[in-house]
Amino acid sequence: MALLSKKDTSLILDPLADNNPITIQVLGICSALAITAELKASIVMALSVMFVLGMGNVVISLMRNIIPSKIRIIVQLVVVAALVIMVDQVLKAFAYELSKTLSVFVGLIITNCIIMGRFEAFALANGPWRSFLDGIGNSAGYGLILIIIGFFRELLGSGTLLGFKVLGDPIEKTGLYAIGYENNGFMLLSPMALIVVGLIIWVQRSRNKALIEEN
Amino acid sequence: MAVNTDKNSYTVIFAAVMVVIVGSLLAFFASSLSEKIQENERLEKQQNILYAMGVNDNVDEGSVNFVSTDKVADEFKKYIKEQLVIEGDKITKDDNAYLIDLKKQETEAKAGKTRKLPLFIGEKDGSKYYIIPMRGKGLWDAIWGFVALDNNLVVKGVYFDHKGETPGLGANIKQRYFMDDFTGESILNGTEYAGIEVAKGNNDPTNEIKDDNEVDALAGATITGNGLSTMIKESVKLYKSYLESIRAKN
Repeated sequence: MALLSKKDTSLILDPLADNNPITIQVLGICSALAITAELKASIVMALSVMFVLGMGNVVISLMRNIIPSKIRIIVQLVVVAALVIMVDQVLKAFAYELSKTLSVFVGLIITNCIIMGRFEAFALANGPWRSFLDGIGNSAGYGLILIIIGFFRELLGSGTLLGFKVLGDPIEKTGLYAIGYENNGFMLLSPMALIVVGLIIWVQRSRNKALIEEN
Repeated sequence: MAVNTDKNSYTVIFAAVMVVIVGSLLAFFASSLSEKIQENERLEKQQNILYAMGVNDNVDEGSVNFVSTDKVADEFKKYIKEQLVIEGDKITKDDNAYLIDLKKQETEAKAGKTRKLPLFIGEKDGSKYYIIPMRGKGLWDAIWGFVALDNNLVVKGVYFDHKGETPGLGANIKQRYFMDDFTGESILNGTEYAGIEVAKGNNDPTNEIKDDNEVDALAGATITGNGLSTMIKESVKLYKSYLESIRAKN
């Protein structure tokens, strides 16, 4: 027996493209705008959400039969918040440097609508293993878009990637800057992230017409 | 066994049990790790102070590298010769002055008490460094830093940090290229304690002019930059009388 059945594989692969949480479901937009000015932050955020969503989905799925439906949203919030705080505390004690990088993201993880969305839509109705795969898949889809946006914003806005000056030095006028290229400072501001998301959605829907909604 | 999860009594009991479990779990984590976390924060403060006076493990032009955590306690003892607490006109020595909580002092000052101002005197290669800790507001949350001055009140080095500025924008106040710009700037403009302005529209992006009390701002981080300017200006004012006495000694 294969480790992943066909159905399980689609749980992971679907959110990467045709059911992407950001470009199709339009969830998690706020954090996609807030922290994608540089590639490193995008990657860190993607990994953190993957961890929280994977774990959270499993916890919620294990509890799905005993959660009272009237307060299920509150229960979900408590689970995410508790998970995030525990991870933050452990990192602060044992990996202080890493926790300093992550501190900004903690609040953003808790409020990420993808997490609540997957708890509500999937983990409450499915077993732990499938929920775990769903969590990983959705956070990977989210992370993929984040990394694409981060890549373009950092490259065009600051002329760097992961902090390395790939286009030359804008002040010393070396590399591309020697022939008159300028960084587009506008890329560093959040509205441009929204425009990049828009472009990704455009490209994706023109390649796969089935995704276009009828009005 | 089927439980009726829709009953009010069940809902209340579930909520109560959940709160107790999660609460005790978090409390357990917080209390069992707090000692280690505090120790980390203490060492980080020492690293920051040493960084401002140029004691660090920087290898290249690009990144910030502190003295490693296992060496920092010894280095701190070696380089920081005196730690002072300034309370109005009274100056006392205190080897734990670096642990003074600036935020707490700020609130106490608002309540009318005399503020305790910590100041560290370091010595490296025969020259003295006066290191002022400061704290202010960025865009989202607190920003803080340490500024090392020489006898003429010229900046020898700085370290800035923040709690939650935007990554890629305001968070860049802790990047090398930004912090290195401060070195060589004077906090004096003539005899006025002007501080150092984080200036937009400054015609000096490589920061070659050192007597303009200005450094080049960060694109897209206006409010963090303004907060930083205000922080330096206000802190310099607080320490004015002590800084006067350093100048007078010269």
